[in-house]
Amino acid sequence: MQIDRRGFVSAALGGGAAAAAMAGWFPVWAQPVSSGIIAPLPAVSGNDIMLRIARQTMRIDGKVSRAIGINGTVPAPLIRLKQGQTARLTVVNDLDEDSSIHWHGLILPFEMDGVPGVSFPGIRPRSTFVYEFPVVQSGTYWYHSHSGLQEQLGHYGPIVIDPADTDPIAYDREHVVVLSDHSRISPEAIFRKLKVNPGHFNRQRQTLAGLLAGKDQPLKDRLAWGAMRMDPTDVADVNGSTYSFLVNGHGPRDNWTALFDPGERVRLRIINASAMSIFNVRIPGLRMTVVQADGLNIVPVETDEFQIAVAETYDVIVTPAEDRAFTLIAEASDRSGMGRATLAPRAGMVAEVPPLRPRPLATMKDMGMGDMGAMAGDDASCPPEHAAMGHCTPAGGGAMAGMDHGSGGGAMEHSMRDFDVAPQVKRDPSVQTISPMPVDRMGEPGQGLEDVGHDVLTYKDLVALDRNPDVRAPERSLAIHLTGNMERFMWSFDGVKMSDHHEPIPFLEGERVRVNLINDSMMSHPIHLHGHFFELVTGKGDRAPRKHTVLVQPGGTATFDFTADALGDWAFHCHLLYHMHAGMMRVVSVRPRGEAA
Amino acid sequence: MIRLALTFASTGALIFSVPAVAQDHSMHEMPPAEPAEARPAPVAADPECSPVHAAMGHCTPKAMPDRPTGAVGTDLPAGDAPAPAPPDDWYADRIYPKAEMDRSRHAMMEENGGQTIAFLNFDLAEYQARKGRDGFRWGVEGWYGGDIDRLTLKSEGEGAWGEGVEAAELQLLYSRAVGPYFNLQAGVRQDLGEGPDRSYATVGFEGLAPYWFETAGALFLSNKGDVLGRLEGYYDQRITQRLILQPRAEVNFAAQDVPETGIGSGLSDFELGLRLRYEIVQEFAPYVGGVWTRKFGDTARFARTAGEDVNGVGLVMGVRAWF
Repeated sequence: MQIDRRGFVSAALGGGAAAAAMAGWFPVWAQPVSSGIIAPLPAVSGNDIMLRIARQTMRIDGKVSRAIGINGTVPAPLIRLKQGQTARLTVVNDLDEDSSIHWHGLILPFEMDGVPGVSFPGIRPRSTFVYEFPVVQSGTYWYHSHSGLQEQLGHYGPIVIDPADTDPIAYDREHVVVLSDHSRISPEAIFRKLKVNPGHFNRQRQTLAGLLAGKDQPLKDRLAWGAMRMDPTDVADVNGSTYSFLVNGHGPRDNWTALFDPGERVRLRIINASAMSIFNVRIPGLRMTVVQADGLNIVPVETDEFQIAVAETYDVIVTPAEDRAFTLIAEASDRSGMGRATLAPRAGMVAEVPPLRPRPLATMKDMGMGDMGAMAGDDASCPPEHAAMGHCTPAGGGAMAGMDHGSGGGAMEHSMRDFDVAPQVKRDPSVQTISPMPVDRMGEPGQGLEDVGHDVLTYKDLVALDRNPDVRAPERSLAIHLTGNMERFMWSFDGVKMSDHHEPIPFLEGERVRVNLINDSMMSHPIHLHGHFFELVTGKGDRAPRKHTVLVQPGGTATFDFTADALGDWAFHCHLLYHMHAGMMRVVSVRPRGEAA
Repeated sequence: MIRLALTFASTGALIFSVPAVAQDHSMHEMPPAEPAEARPAPVAADPECSPVHAAMGHCTPKAMPDRPTGAVGTDLPAGDAPAPAPPDDWYADRIYPKAEMDRSRHAMMEENGGQTIAFLNFDLAEYQARKGRDGFRWGVEGWYGGDIDRLTLKSEGEGAWGEGVEAAELQLLYSRAVGPYFNLQAGVRQDLGEGPDRSYATVGFEGLAPYWFETAGALFLSNKGDVLGRLEGYYDQRITQRLILQPRAEVNFAAQDVPETGIGSGLSDFELGLRLRYEIVQEFAPYVGGVWTRKFGDTARFARTAGEDVNGVGLVMGVRAWF
């Protein structure tokens, strides 16, 4: 419970004076009433940018909280670059500890990627590091610390890169929307609580009162889940019981507001810069047209809601025709709270804020039981052990939606940790379960979104606008198991934590590899590969959506192809900050073909 | 899928063809309509042969009727080329000083999974109202270490108000995670308080059993050659998010009579408790409850001889707290 008071100037903050002083702490685009950035955008000191990392405080819904910001703001300033330029970013670390900036999603030389211990030595206290790299892409990205748990404290900000040519996306106005989570508890304390008290932040458990009231699982299912020591309410490890969910650094009551003129096409560049929070985003009354995913253009697709995992970005176009306000809701995946902002024609307008929807309960499918119909073994073409390897998807998976996921379970207990279905996984206390029959869940909207009564985006709705740059068949495939133990808060790949592994995952330069991510846990994991885009294998051929982060749903699989074209060592990890911190990370190494050991 | 494709196409047309208010801005020129139209229709997955499955060479996907040309890009199966050997050096060492990289690499490794943590849990800290005399009781466990290896300290004991500590023990254990839920523990136990202060070597376990039962057990070998055993467990029944009813049981047994300490062979004694706690915060939960104890066999005989009760009932009031 060490409380770090360095830089915490409590004396300077009292009452209204502080509130007035607040405005200066936010960048212009995140002021409480933002008039937005109206296209065409001026370039922000494109060729020589100075960033200063320092401790500060921030005020969320009226409460002061400790933070780490850049240039005095949380989120950090919007970095606006132009495709084709050379970015030169001088980063001053004013902290008393090492820091770093990782440019999330940018394609750059590995030594500029900003991961201490992998791509560079980090930035020592009170010292400066100059990042310099060519800007080869365009789109919406972000940047954040890759040191310790600094990201949780506010060390994150947006990047927008304007295309060198004309933007194929037409819009009249744009707003950058940075979603994040912030706690008044120190991130070190949060991590410790997770370690010593499993499920510490879960205040939505199943209770006896709930059982008597006929809520949640019936007794039979509770017993079956109890036998497996699995808690179906365990959806988010850290949640609204300690977090405020922020939009551009503002809490729900602060109500950050984005302005529009009725009839305009408004581009929202939505970035999930959270440490731990997967959000379900919707704007009641407005259809959203998703035009970009992880910075790269997709064929526009309309939706009412989408789930945005930590570290993902989605650009959407909305066209509010009426002269009224709309509420943008970023509901935490476990429904323990929400981030809220307003889209309005004029400052001061508000729209109705719908209540939180009932929290989801994990299902047998979330435990990697796959398709219940196939459990009987009636799909000869896809035996369970085969499915468990991610090699096939049992037929009839589509019928799951109509099934009672909560039922049954006791009989399957014995198969919940069978290392025979995943021989590469180390027999380790960090492995609580191994999904016996994981299925491809890239076509599913996410936990709690199966039955919300309107359209919800899935990865299978994404189609790249441009043909994929490399359409070769993968030369080989590689399976990586996402393993964990929720009772010990241990997280790992293949049962091996970063701290006990020293050998990188090897790739040859130019090699094209298919990677199967198999989620052996009941939690969602947004998996991020540094330095590369990968193509999701969702049946879109040479128009596969290209991403830098993919959410692997509980007990399910996700598959991508990628071309190892960026020489060097790169970080590969779960982007849930405390999962990475617990060990769910690995180094990926791309070496020239002639040089292989 | 077809509907989806139509949605794509119509949305594409909407986005790309309706003139924007800001059309005069050069950045907002209409793009060629080509991308949306040239895009191939989304491919329906062959349920018999997913791409991943096909990639492993386990099957050949059926040709889709709406897809006359061959599969392309991510629809192609993966080959079976061997994986390269992992490199034995670090790329960043070629660019940055090796010493600095070594330092940061070590820190990064430790930071991501190598933490050591200290934990102190007052599982029981209570006032006991018994017939005739009131007492107190504690049960504390602390540990220091990582995910697998820990140094564990346990202490429990009880006493009567005004008379001091009657029985107390202290255990120092090495604890090792041997599975996802259980730790194996070995070390020493020292008895304190009234009676002979015996020392023991001990081996035991601690962990979460199916149906969410927290369990622990241990065997003790004293410096006089006596063998004792103990099993305990509890279950947290959440009534509401903060109100928790905890039934608890402890049973002690012995391989032989130990008259000096009043322990009889076989089943020595049994304790049942029921505590209702309210988590003001998770770390601090006051409770009230009751305990019922019973001594058996020679243990009961020793107790009668010493003028002590064989059965005991008490009300308890305390706090569960951890740091």
